[in-house]
Amino acid sequence: MRSARATNSGQDTTLSELGSSDLQAIYRFMLLTRGVEERLEVLFKQGHIVGGLYRSLGQEGTAVASARALADGDWLAPSIRDMGALFVRGLDVRDMLRQYTARGTSLCAGKDNTTHFTVPALGLLGPVSPLGTQLCVLNGVALAFKQRGEPRVCMTYQGDGASRTGSSHEGFCLAAALDLPIVTFLEHNHWAFGTASRREAVVDDWLDAAAMYGVPAESVDGNDVRAVYAASRTAVDRAREGGGPTIIVAETYRMLGHAQHDAQKYVAREELDEWRRRDPILRLERVLLDEEHATHVQLEELRAAVSDELDAAVSDVLAEPEPEPIEARTRVYADATLDAPVPWTRGPVPGYERLESGT
Amino acid sequence: MSELRETSYLEAIRDAMAEEMRRDERVFILGEDVGVYGGAFKITEGFLDEFGPDRVIDTPISEAAIVGAAIGAAHMGLRPIAEMQFIDFIAPAFDMIVNFAAKSRYRTGIGAGLVIRGPCGGGARSGPFHSQNVESYFANVAGLKMVAPATVRDAKGLLTAAIRDPDPVLYFEHKFLYRRLKEMLPEGEEVVVPLGKARRHREGDDLTIVTYGAMLYKAEEAAATIEADDGATIDLLDLRSLRPLDTEAIVESVRRTGRLLIVHEAAGFGGFAGEIAAQVNEHAFEWLDAPIRRVTAIDTPVPYAPALEDYYLPQTDDIAAAARWLLAY
Repeated sequence: MRSARATNSGQDTTLSELGSSDLQAIYRFMLLTRGVEERLEVLFKQGHIVGGLYRSLGQEGTAVASARALADGDWLAPSIRDMGALFVRGLDVRDMLRQYTARGTSLCAGKDNTTHFTVPALGLLGPVSPLGTQLCVLNGVALAFKQRGEPRVCMTYQGDGASRTGSSHEGFCLAAALDLPIVTFLEHNHWAFGTASRREAVVDDWLDAAAMYGVPAESVDGNDVRAVYAASRTAVDRAREGGGPTIIVAETYRMLGHAQHDAQKYVAREELDEWRRRDPILRLERVLLDEEHATHVQLEELRAAVSDELDAAVSDVLAEPEPEPIEARTRVYADATLDAPVPWTRGPVPGYERLESGT
Repeated sequence: MSELRETSYLEAIRDAMAEEMRRDERVFILGEDVGVYGGAFKITEGFLDEFGPDRVIDTPISEAAIVGAAIGAAHMGLRPIAEMQFIDFIAPAFDMIVNFAAKSRYRTGIGAGLVIRGPCGGGARSGPFHSQNVESYFANVAGLKMVAPATVRDAKGLLTAAIRDPDPVLYFEHKFLYRRLKEMLPEGEEVVVPLGKARRHREGDDLTIVTYGAMLYKAEEAAATIEADDGATIDLLDLRSLRPLDTEAIVESVRRTGRLLIVHEAAGFGGFAGEIAAQVNEHAFEWLDAPIRRVTAIDTPVPYAPALEDYYLPQTDDIAAAARWLLAY
């Protein structure tokens, strides 16, 4: 019988694995994440983004540091606010920009937006908007690993809001029952759209909400990348060695509204000020400088390089084409002859010409 | 040549799965009580012993998790069969089927070749939650395929084809037929019935009846009576697949007979007959000599008491009456 509550003590050996270059890499991925999102916000205001824009401001540390614990061949399913994890897995920032700007060149070919793509080569499973569901699907990936005896691991994320869904509960039940190699981050970012997490679940400590499945569960400071990495590494290693699933509650904060349209009027300013002081990027910056993992000059160079990279990416992507309208009909089935068939008519019938010509 | 063996509809389903599991190690089954217990209807009896716990997986009562895991495994190249203990219990998996499985290929280019199967249909005195026909809940969802076998041979052949299909297939097996329906099938021989092809059950020139599932037998009974009593001949089509729909076969028949009766066991309002009628309207309106009629269950939940359920379900006399009305029109 495994303990339902592991603790994060005695992890110093793992902590020490994050050397200067690791910490710098994590810093760079966090900058990249925030930088992409800042540019997306500009693109949104300029009208280049046709749908919603969901930012992860304040939560970049959890996504980036956790994904850093995975190896090649592992799979990851992000939530909407885990863009940083995708870059760690090797995603080109252009792919994120293409998604939001609905380019024909996007990973979803313009048919879906945000982080909703699946890229087997990078071990990425896209979520869908009904929340909690990607855990259930990633269970199947983990099941395949287990059936084939492959030492591969899955990692996924859900917000406190998503954790209230039936799918989330069912997913945890199955992962536990089948002892699957899957690590789930429950990102307690305090808000589910406009509803406070304390009104979603009657628990003071969200670890209590996670500890009911009989699998190891622990809490970490989600804005402390070293703590997130250490917990992830322990959980990933355990899963890889056949130790089954882990749930990690990451305490963090959604620093902006649910999406661009949400001015976050329901949040107390003092609470935001308090969490702004715990910003994961600023915190890592202090660690890098105080512990001499990097110099001011090095960090300045890093920031400039990221900024240049993103400027180039934005101008590249905006020059790329929109999808052809006829593409709306394609790729429903593996057999293309089944894709959105045109009704048969005797001669032209008003209203059908558009379907027939596909324009 | 293989020896012929009397096979029930239930055994045909069991044989299709077992044979595919022997043939292809990627095929596995997961669901409630499918392993140790052998399935609520004993369809997977013996599977755990033959294929082991990695390929015959007992799950918690978590239909969303069952279908979700099947989708993920399909993404990894496996060929999962997800069993719904009763097809009524597909409701908790609706999100997974409609939002994840059906849209996966369209959104991401990565398909989900899996089968979701379970016992549907009434007549077994099982009440509102063990008797439903759910096809119209899913008929409006692009990306899904749906089959409803009416014969033993099709039960086997459509399931084999569904397991091999690269897209998600909902397989509706009619529980009333499980042990009542038997047919001689070649033992151990592969039977594959392509998805999307209707079957002509009875040939005729005066009226087309389109049906699927267990209603085939009431329609056949009505057709035989009319042919004997009235001399009119009836073209009886068993759709077998609902998505893809064999519109061509329906249209060919209706253009010949000029009259169409659609029969299904689910309730009429918003039911699958509506789609068939719309297709015929689009493709064969000028060949029609009479309005399209449908005979379906009444527009209520499935009731429990035999007297109520018999009233609810379409009966042979209802079909015969509608057919005679059309023939006389």
